[in-house]
This record gives sequence, C-alpha cells and structure tokens, in this order.
Amino acid sequence: MSALIEFFTPHLWPIVFSVIIVAVLPLLAGYVVLLERKVMADMQARLGPMRVGPHGLLQPIADAVKLLIKEDIIPENADQAVFWMAPVISVTAALLAFSALAIGPVFQIADLNIGLLFIVAVSSMGIFGIILGGWSSNSHYSLLGALRSTAQMISYETAAGLALVGGVLLAGSLSTREIVQAQYDAGVWFVFAAPLGFFLYLVASIAETNRAPFDLPEAESELVAGYMTEYSGFRWAIYFLAEYANMIVVASIASTLFLGGWARPFARTPIFNFLDFAPPLIFLVVAGYCFYRAPKQPERIQAMVMALFGGLCLLLAAAMALPFVFPASKAGIHGAFWFLAKVFLYVYSFMWIRFTFPRFRFDQLMKLGWYFMIPLSIVNVLALGVALVLKDTGWHPAAALLLTNAATLLVAVWLVANAQKKAAISGPVTSRAEG
Amino acid sequence: MAERPITGFANIEQTVLGADEIILNMGPQHPSTHGVLRVKLRLDGERILDSECIIGYLHRGVEKIAEHRSYQQFAPYVDRMDYVAAISNGLGYCEAVEKLLGVEAPPRAKVVRTILTELQRIASHLLWLGTHALDIGALTPVFYCFREREEILKIVEKYCGARLTTHAFRIGGLQYDTYDGFEQEVKRFLEDFTAKIDEYEQLLTENRIWVARTKGIGVLTVQEAIDLGATGPVLRGSGMKWDIRKAFPYAAYDKYEFEIPTGQNGDTYDRYLVRIQELRQSRHICLQAIEDIPSGPILGKVGKVLKPPPGEVYHSIEAPKGELGYYIVSDGTVQPYRVRIRPPSFINLEALSKMVRGHLVADVVAIIGTLDIVLGEVDR
Amino acid sequence: MTPDQINQIAFYFFGSLAVLGAILTVTAKNIVHSAIYLITSLLATAGIFLTLQAQFLFGVQIVLYVGGIMVLFVFVIMLVNLDVSLRQIRFNRQKWVAGLLTLVLASQLGFALWFGKEAFNLAPGRTGELSAQNVQQFGRGLFERYVLPFEIASVLLLVALIGAVVMTKKRV
Repeated sequence: MSALIEFFTPHLWPIVFSVIIVAVLPLLAGYVVLLERKVMADMQARLGPMRVGPHGLLQPIADAVKLLIKEDIIPENADQAVFWMAPVISVTAALLAFSALAIGPVFQIADLNIGLLFIVAVSSMGIFGIILGGWSSNSHYSLLGALRSTAQMISYETAAGLALVGGVLLAGSLSTREIVQAQYDAGVWFVFAAPLGFFLYLVASIAETNRAPFDLPEAESELVAGYMTEYSGFRWAIYFLAEYANMIVVASIASTLFLGGWARPFARTPIFNFLDFAPPLIFLVVAGYCFYRAPKQPERIQAMVMALFGGLCLLLAAAMALPFVFPASKAGIHGAFWFLAKVFLYVYSFMWIRFTFPRFRFDQLMKLGWYFMIPLSIVNVLALGVALVLKDTGWHPAAALLLTNAATLLVAVWLVANAQKKAAISGPVTSRAEG
Repeated sequence: MAERPITGFANIEQTVLGADEIILNMGPQHPSTHGVLRVKLRLDGERILDSECIIGYLHRGVEKIAEHRSYQQFAPYVDRMDYVAAISNGLGYCEAVEKLLGVEAPPRAKVVRTILTELQRIASHLLWLGTHALDIGALTPVFYCFREREEILKIVEKYCGARLTTHAFRIGGLQYDTYDGFEQEVKRFLEDFTAKIDEYEQLLTENRIWVARTKGIGVLTVQEAIDLGATGPVLRGSGMKWDIRKAFPYAAYDKYEFEIPTGQNGDTYDRYLVRIQELRQSRHICLQAIEDIPSGPILGKVGKVLKPPPGEVYHSIEAPKGELGYYIVSDGTVQPYRVRIRPPSFINLEALSKMVRGHLVADVVAIIGTLDIVLGEVDR
Repeated sequence: MTPDQINQIAFYFFGSLAVLGAILTVTAKNIVHSAIYLITSLLATAGIFLTLQAQFLFGVQIVLYVGGIMVLFVFVIMLVNLDVSLRQIRFNRQKWVAGLLTLVLASQLGFALWFGKEAFNLAPGRTGELSAQNVQQFGRGLFERYVLPFEIASVLLLVALIGAVVMTKKRV
C-alpha cells in the first residue's frame, strides 16, 4: 500500500491537472462555440443566441443535452468498429496535445523535453480521425470530403511545422517551459523577432483546423458535404469538440512560441507593473456589469443566472487578487491569466477572419500551400539560421533579425508577384473543354 | 451510379470515383441553386465537360391562367414570377396593357412608378449580392444587404401594404398615392445608402480571395451573349452597352440622366462590378426623381371593365434580371387571348452550359449565382 | 516499483502490441483494418523508442511514419477500387504444408541460435541513461559527426521526390 502511494505521489499533480483538463475542456469548447456565435452575430449586425439563459449563456448546455439525447444513427453497410473509433481518435489526439502545453508556469501536466514535437506528432495523429470517419460512412461524398480535408491538412502541416521550427531556432529548445523562459530572457516576444514565422503559422493553423477561408471540404454550399455528414448526435458532438479543442491547441502553441507564453506584456519593464492589476480589475468590471444588468432581465430565472454569472466573475476576480496577498502564487495565477488571454485573442482572430473572407476553392488552397507557404517557410528557417549565425559573429541581434526578416519579406513579395503573373498569363482555367 | 441515358449525353462511362467521366446531379434541393433548379454535370474528374439544366419544378401555368382572367385580375399573378422584384413585373405588365389600350399613365404616376421600380432594383440587387457572396463563402455581406433591403421593404409596405408580392401598380396608373413622409423616408434611405455600398465594396471588391474566386470564372464573350439572347447585367458584363431604359425609354426614365455600367471580360467579377455600379445608378435616378414629383391625378382614364381592341403588343422593360417582355394578344374580350412573358432568367440560364465548361465543380455555384436567376421566373 | 521494472513492463507491453499489430496486419480481411493495425504496430514501435529514452525518435516516428507515410497509404487504399482483393482467397489449400515447413525452418534457426550463442560477441547491454538533452545530442551527432551520411540521405530523398513528380506528371 505504502509502495503504491510512494509510486503515485510524484504523479499526483499531473493527474489532477489531467482530470481538470478532461473535465473542463468540453465545457470550455462549448463556450468557445457560444463565443463564436456571438462574435459572428456581432459582425453581422445581429444579436446571436439570446433566449437560452441571459444573453444565451446557457446555450452550450442546451446544445450538449440535445446532442446527447439524439438518436444514434449508423449508416447501413458502414464499418461499425471504424465508424465508432474515428471521432474517438480525433478527440483523443486533441486532448493528448494538452498534456505538453503549459498554461502557466504551474499548470502543466508534463514538461516534456520534446514538448513541441510531441504536440505536432499528436496533432498529425488526429488526421486519421477525419480520414477514417469519411471512409467508414460508406458514402462517396463523405469520402471525397475526408480525402480533401486530409490532403489540405497534410499540406499545411509541413508549412506549420517549418514555421514552428523558425521559432524553435530562436528559443533553442523544444520544451514549452524553456521556450517561454527564452522569450522572457530575450526580453522580446518572438512574434517581433520572427513576424513572418508568426504570420505563416497563423495561416497554416487556420488551414490545419479546417476553418474558413480554408473550409471548402466542410462548406454546406458545396457539393461534397464533408466527412461529418453521416455523424449525428453525440458522435458529431465529439468531432465538433475535437475541432474546437484543436483550435485551442494551435492557439496555445502560437501563444507559447510567438506571443510570450505566460509572460505579462513588458514583463521586465518595471514602469508597466500597473498591468499586474489588470487581471482582477477586468473580472471585477465584468462582475459589476453582470450585477448591473441582472435586475433588468425580463424573467426572474434569467436574473438569477446572470447574478450567478456575476458571482462567478467575482470569485475569479478574488482568485486573481490572491497574488497580492500571497506573492508566491503570482506566477501561477497571473501567468495562467495572461496565457489564456493570448489564446483568446488568437482564437478571436480566427473567428474574425472566418466571418470576413470568402472561401478558397480547393485547387487555389493547395496552390497557396505548396507554391507560397512551404517555400516561404523554408526561406524563413534559412533566414533565421543566418540571423543566429550573424548574432554569434558579433552583430547586434536586432540588426541581424531585421536584415534577415526584410530579406524573407522580399522573397514573399516576389513569390506573390510570381503567382499573380502566372495566373495572368495562363488564366485561372488552364483548359477549357471544347464542345 | 447507373442511370438511364440522358439525351444529349451519349456514350458516357460511369465508373468509380476519380477514374473516368461521371455524372453529378445538383439539386433540385440544394442550398445554392437559388430555388428548385436541377443541374446535371458531366465531369472528367473535377473538370466540367458539359451541363444540362432541368427546370419546371416551379411551373404553375401562369401564361395559361392569363387566358382565363381579366386584365386586372391577372395583375397579381405577375408578381409571383420574379418574386424577388415584384414591382418591376407589375410595371412591365401594366405598361403593356396600357399600350394595348392606348392610354398613358399620368405624369405623377409615371414618376412614382420610376421611384418604386428603382428602389425595387436596389432591393433585388442587394438580395443577389448577399446570396452570391454567401455561396462563395463570405458569411457577412448577406446580413448587411438584408439590413438595407429591410429598409426598402418597409417603405414598400407602407406604400402598398405588402413587402414581397406587392401588386403596387394598376393598369392606367397607381391605386394608392404616396403616403405622408414618403419622400423624406426615401431620401433618408438613399442618402445613407452610398456609405453602405462602399461597405460592401470594401469587403469584396479588392479582396484577393473574392477576386480569385470570380475573375476569369464563367466567361461569356459579347458575341456569345448576344447569340444566346442574354440581357441585363449578363449582357452588360460582357461589354455591350444595352439598356432598355435608354434604348426604348418607358415610365419617366427619359427625364433623368444616368449611366449604363458595362464590364470588359464578361466574367463573374465584371458582372459583380456592373451590378454594384447599377446600385449606385439606381440611387442616382431615385434621388433625381424624388426631388420633383409632379402633382396631379394618379390614375388615367380607364374604365372599370377593360376591353382592349383586338391586336397585339410587345412591351419590355429593364427588370433587375434583364429584359422582361410581355407579348399580349387581345381578341377584343375582357380576357386576353394570349399572354407570353419573356422571362430574362430563363433565357440567361441557357448561358450556363457555355459558361461552366472547363471549370471546376466548385465554380458552378458561383456561376449560377452570377446569372442571378429566380426560378419563379424561369418556370413561371 | 522501480524505474527498471516500469521499463520492463513497458517494453513487454509495447513489444507484444507491435507483434500483435503486425500479425493482424497480415491476416485482416479488410484492407483498411490492415492499415489501422499497421498504425498500431508503428505506434508501439514509437513506444519502444520511448522506453529506450530516445524521445526525439519517438516524436519523429509518429510524425513521419504514422502522420505521413500511413496517411498516404490510407489515401491510396481509399482512392483505388479494391473489391478485387477483398474477394481473393486468403489462405489456400497448401497452408498446412507451408505451416509445417515454417516450423521446421524456425526450429533449425532456433537450434543454431541457441547452441551457437558463444559465437556471437554481443557487447554488454548499455546501462545508464541518455541525456535529457536528447534533441541537442541528436542534432549534434547528425550535423557534426554524421553530416556526410545525413546529406547523402537528403539528396537521395530529393532525387526520389523529383523522380516521383516527373513520373506522375501529365504529358501536356
């Protein structure tokens, strides 16, 4: 017995964190969906979900209940085992990626020395969930949609990986903790040192998660309805959860590698120490707004839920204010706040991009990936390598990085101009059948 | 996917995906065919070799019904053809019957008709823009367009009581005079409208993805357009400056100055630009008209029972979709002998087969959208 | 439980999973199931790398083999019409003779290996751990000591890539 306890003790905190992640993530993903709907409505001059709970706050819970009690339909002649397994693979890959992510200096399940590589590896496992799901549905269109989705994902995975390599070059390590530490030590977020790498990763991660403008395989107005067609009810909810969890994972990777992780903006400049008061203040303001609006709700139950939400925000504000009483907890609690704020910003920009731009056609998407993104990411890695060598031979790092980034930008402009020229010469349609 | 052979598509081999030619069926229920349209595509892998449209799902026998209704009784039926722009349909029909009767609507009626028809053109183009952008994947413009369309529909509802199938005009003029505040509301809408058009353009015109999805897609040369009988923005997008409002002016169009926007390449992008410019021109016409609405009677001298002398007339107007024509044959009785409607959407739809050749399947929705068809008009 | 014991358990687990996956790959009727079992086998191999403290190889095995090569395998499987192979008879009537011969051969090999043990000069097993700086060590080895084989291997892959593109390009 004591041997068992002794065996488990070093693993206690990681187990607690894992349980928290597995329990919280579905709820969090549900609220990210609500957030997306509200952001979409805001950009489209309307209100979004308003009925279920005050301002639609209970919408995710209603959706989850609905999906759980739906009839479980499996298409005829579908491969039962694979049909069951495909969404499970997707969501397992998405959740597994969280084990290497550091949501703050304290909240991390495992600080792997190959952290980033592990996350990339596990994300590439998630592709199987899509391809097997499309195949096992026993429908031509599902299969086509799945194959297209997969082709898109593996094309942009290369670009994303190379963009990440650029950041890892600057950090000098694959471990998430050391990457954040390197940004703190350098005094600058890597987005300023390698802006093109960040941009490349942003675009590649949108394509990885199959979001607009790269969502042709999923779009309803296209002929092929996508790999999720035959999935309904809870199985579909699992796919959906995997998609949104993936979004949060790529946002976390970008925040860790490019946006400084859990460091406060200007973490080393004492002038900006007033920013330390931002976390509790923000939650206080939100709580105040909830309490202000609660009595104005039309129904009593809505007022109660709103007040409850306000109470929750007050609790969070108190948690944020804890570091002022116990300075030791500052890194953990405020670190988590800043990290999640950056993840939220990245996810918001995903949504913003989705509702602004039309969709790419599939061949245009693949052309963009192979003719622009991959060459540019290779050049980016080269350039950053050159910058590091220049730094070692005595140049000021800022000057070296400026020079190499300018060179990469020139290459990018040249690539775009080349693509335009090619399109102008041959026309977008390369062959017109006579008839 | 074995099927009976379709006339016109001989020697087709239907095999497993990706290997040889396959036939793909789009519709009749499909989010992007703008109604109940069935399109059969013959594909080589992903490229389209040929297409065939199967229509008639919305056929209601409107032209046959006309032979058994009196002239006034038939007027509400024409609204149901192009239900997106009912007022234009009504204008065409009323003017055709007035030509047959030999009466003219009084000046006040003509000007109010012009204002309402141009507002209807704006509303129709707004719906086109929203749905076309939605098909290509831009999720936001449709809400902005419908916000403006709502303003117009509010004005129309205040005027004649209905938003969609309006029956706004009567043979000989108008039934209702403009309501108090009509000019102010229309003016206020039009003054805000330029900023809104700029908003739509900002989202789409220079957008690299929009340009990539629409430039060079669905090209129709001028000669092909003329040969096929295409009219409206489809013809003007190919480069031909032809507008019935300028060529054979009707209503009060000869009093106002406006331009005819044309395109150059005849692709989807040019037709988009043409329709955006038409929005601006319609606004310009409306503003000129609203400045100076002549006073006077709203209904000309027509009796209660209409018995046009035996004869025939063809009258066409520039509807938002193209040239909408009415060919009415009268045999002297209260009911017309024949009413033949020239539906612009039906004739423009014939161009689909030429326009989709060589494109990818994903372009078909863009091309159907750019033709701006309404199935109520195609099938009648 | 000591780390050694955990290592042993892990090795046996991953090892048996790899072997089981391999057997199922060969004997499965449905070809997509075959592919899935192969994926399991490859993942188990990655697990074995992990027990040997080669973390970089573990990550790269998953990214390349499972996430790249197996995805392409599955692509090809799904794009090609495979009804033909499904209906082929898997084991024909000579399976008993084949099994007997295999047993004879295996026993001959086992005999040779067991009684000729002393002939193999196997070095004593490595004890101790690889450094936690696994990636750095790997990189240093690859780019300092073994840079020539590395470059030659990359050129080989490049040639294969270009060759594949040239072979499948459509004659325009």
